Amino acid sequence: MNEPVPVHPAPVPVLALGDILLVSLQGELHDGLAEQLQQDLSHRIATTGVSGVVIDISGVDIVDSFLGRVLAEIASTARLLAARTVLAGMRPAVAITLVELGLVLPGLTTALDVDRAMEVLSQRGR
Amino acid sequence: MMQPSGQASATTVPVGSDADLAWVRQQVRQCAAALGFGLVQQTKLVTAASELARNTLVHGGGGHAEITPLDNGHARGLRMSFVDSGPGIRDLELAMTDGYTSGGGLGLGLSGARRLVQEFSVETEPGRGTTVTAVAWVTQVPASRSGLG
Repeated sequence: MNEPVPVHPAPVPVLALGDILLVSLQGELHDGLAEQLQQDLSHRIATTGVSGVVIDISGVDIVDSFLGRVLAEIASTARLLAARTVLAGMRPAVAITLVELGLVLPGLTTALDVDRAMEVLSQRGR
Repeated sequence: MMQPSGQASATTVPVGSDADLAWVRQQVRQCAAALGFGLVQQTKLVTAASELARNTLVHGGGGHAEITPLDNGHARGLRMSFVDSGPGIRDLELAMTDGYTSGGGLGLGLSGARRLVQEFSVETEPGRGTTVTAVAWVTQVPASRSGLG
């Protein structure tokens, strides 16, 4: 049980699906990696001119105040770059914990899964 | 009588980098799952651990975390202590206020973590460091009491 399991920081893949960027976060996300993602995404949005970003967090065990802040900042930055962000697939236990923590992420659009997030973006599209 | 099996299996994890925060989270999750905490309680514990370990790293300049399983005879629990020898907290009441931050965060670390656990204490002395201790007990579900006479 106490055998050290190395946690490798791996880059977060960003997929382009037509007019939308899809990011799937999995498991442990280092602080540095989250900030890297913020920069990468902003750059991708600005250079590709996509209209939406979907961040899938269904594989994320916990969202603490640091990751919550990064997600909110990604959404704010995307908005300034003319793209909408939808946070998809938050686990119920994570939602309960975030509310108790006091981090309710105002202004962040959510959807239950990636399909619904895509729908939200297409409905709001031009 | 107090925690007969607890002390022997305490786990100490250094808190000196981002990677250590991930390691603290993993250790707390493993320990909480083994003790029988439900998924929501596990999530709260791991989140609280993440907040407190980050405080140790960012404000305390690093330190260590101690994770100890508890058993008081009625319930099993988990104690997490986060120890640093940094500058300490000058105004504890202010530091415990929602939204107060000295580190560029959201100011939810201490106050938020306190809401996620059942027992919470802070020992701090300016110039000497800070120890934050959080304890949570496995919530008893009625079904598990059927064995008691």
